[in-house]
Amino acid sequence: MTLRRLGIYSAVVVISAWVALPLVLITLAAFSPREILYAWPRRIWPERFTLDTMLFFVRSAGVLQSVVNSLIVAVLTIVLAFLISAPTGYALARYRFRGRDAVQLAILATKMFPATVLSIPLAVAFIRWGLYDRLIGVAIVHATLSIPFVTVIVSSVFVGISYELEEAAMTLGSSRLQAFLRVTIPMALPGLAAAAIFTFVLSWNEVFAATILTLNNRTLPALIINSVVAAGAPLHYRFAGGFFMVLPALIIILLIRRYLLTLWGVTVR
Amino acid sequence: MAEITLQHLRKTYGKVVAIKDLSLDIKDGEFLVLLGPSGCGKTTTLRALAGLEMLDRGRVIIGGHDVTALPPGKRGIAMVFQSYAVFPHMRVYDNIVFGLRMRGVSPGEQRKRAEEGAELLQIASLFDRYPAQLSGGQRQRVAVARAIVMQPDVLLMDEPLSNLDALLRLHMRAELKRIHREVRSTTVYVTHDQVEALSLGDRIAVMLEGEIVQCDTPARIYNAPANRFVGSFIGSPPMNFLSGTLRTVDGRLTIERDGARIPLPPARKVTAAPADGTVLVGIRPEHIEVTAAPAPEALPGRVVVLEPIGAQQLLTVRVGDDIVKVSTPPEFQADAGQQIWLRFNPDRIRLMDAQTGAAILS
Repeated sequence: MTLRRLGIYSAVVVISAWVALPLVLITLAAFSPREILYAWPRRIWPERFTLDTMLFFVRSAGVLQSVVNSLIVAVLTIVLAFLISAPTGYALARYRFRGRDAVQLAILATKMFPATVLSIPLAVAFIRWGLYDRLIGVAIVHATLSIPFVTVIVSSVFVGISYELEEAAMTLGSSRLQAFLRVTIPMALPGLAAAAIFTFVLSWNEVFAATILTLNNRTLPALIINSVVAAGAPLHYRFAGGFFMVLPALIIILLIRRYLLTLWGVTVR
Repeated sequence: MAEITLQHLRKTYGKVVAIKDLSLDIKDGEFLVLLGPSGCGKTTTLRALAGLEMLDRGRVIIGGHDVTALPPGKRGIAMVFQSYAVFPHMRVYDNIVFGLRMRGVSPGEQRKRAEEGAELLQIASLFDRYPAQLSGGQRQRVAVARAIVMQPDVLLMDEPLSNLDALLRLHMRAELKRIHREVRSTTVYVTHDQVEALSLGDRIAVMLEGEIVQCDTPARIYNAPANRFVGSFIGSPPMNFLSGTLRTVDGRLTIERDGARIPLPPARKVTAAPADGTVLVGIRPEHIEVTAAPAPEALPGRVVVLEPIGAQQLLTVRVGDDIVKVSTPPEFQADAGQQIWLRFNPDRIRLMDAQTGAAILS
């Protein structure tokens, strides 16, 4: 029993460290003065903190513009993904229709093709369609990536809301649309918000498609990767950039972690 | 206030026939119960009446208006759902006035009607609560109040008591009867509980496999079931059915079985005599008398078990290959295996066709 418990606790410690240690180190480094980062032997605890490193990153060429680009792409992604996933999820949750299983399978199937395989044909096609190096192009790819998740989440949210509530609203004089807007949507809102936030994080962090499909209009991860790989950006730029990338996801997950857990609990079922 | 006419309703789900060909007239202000086992189409009928199901065929007429093509909100109905369907994100007050708001009733009138409804259901103190803070019984009351404030022509209820515990169910049953007396909306009430049906209904429509088998007053349904199904579905314990032979002896209809001869009263006539005389004898447990001595009109049997059930006892008797349940007074005593004789009250005997199960005795 004690041995078992010891095993569980060690696993917890290892897994937590696996996730948390890089976050802690990157955060420390992002607020360390430049000379400490280059000092040898390197100290774990910097002892002196400064905002200079972060300010250097934020003031670097293209960073602010790419943050704006990332935000635009994320919002577009959310809009596109919801335009498709919300009705699909609702239909899957509410109706038995011909081809229902096929739709569910198709949603899973999109996850079968790795983005790497699709990247070159995709880039060619986007150049042909005039979508290359445009934010909407990146948003379309991000939406494609997130649609399966969002559909599953949205559908589980609507499954959790009894259809009888809509019917009750209809017997009380609502039209089908009014019943949906007045009864179902308010109840679904937290779940839909969680799905939107999830989509935001997915788009904010996505680097592969963003790098391949943009040249001048970089999103933040694409810009950082490019600076690091092509231009050999200095260490403090890398740490500050890494911290900046991780920040929104961290904050959001912290805020909605309890809700996300119940959401997954429902979805996994 | 409105009468309802259902004309030749038919509803199928793929190959499954939910309602076959259902016609029914419901009077203004009547409390009609749709009763039947699960899957008999009673809920589908109610939902078709509400406009929540599209019919394959047939017409629904409420108060003289053909509402078959109208959406639920335009039919002058209000409905209480089995799950209550109280909106969880709204306070009790907002739940109750939801329909009035949709109708564009003025806020003052909303308040007035909500207070009247709440008084009728005794939930005025709950106005500011959310449904999650209410008990099942209170939620039920909110659902009923929400329907009643609409002052509907027709009030529809789908097994409203089935999610309550036994004691609360008994209490709410009486409450619903009182509320119907005060509101006087034409009410259609779906249940699978025959006691509920008998206690609430002005008339009961017993359904089986998408058809109405019998529609009559509770007393007629109980005393003169139209067929074997109705007799065995209603009453606790249900009507006994034994095979027997119908003969005419000395000009009187007589049932013969196991050497006993039960002459029927001269006034009673058979509507369709079976060719070989084989019939099903239907008799309710309370219409059988137990005697210790043989008699020409008494059936011999052996006691299987005697169960006290409060105000009376339930005696299980084996008669040939059949099992017969008899209600006996609480002081009655018998041992298992004991030989006894059963005397059927001839006025209360029902005869059914052995093949079809349909009643054949007037």
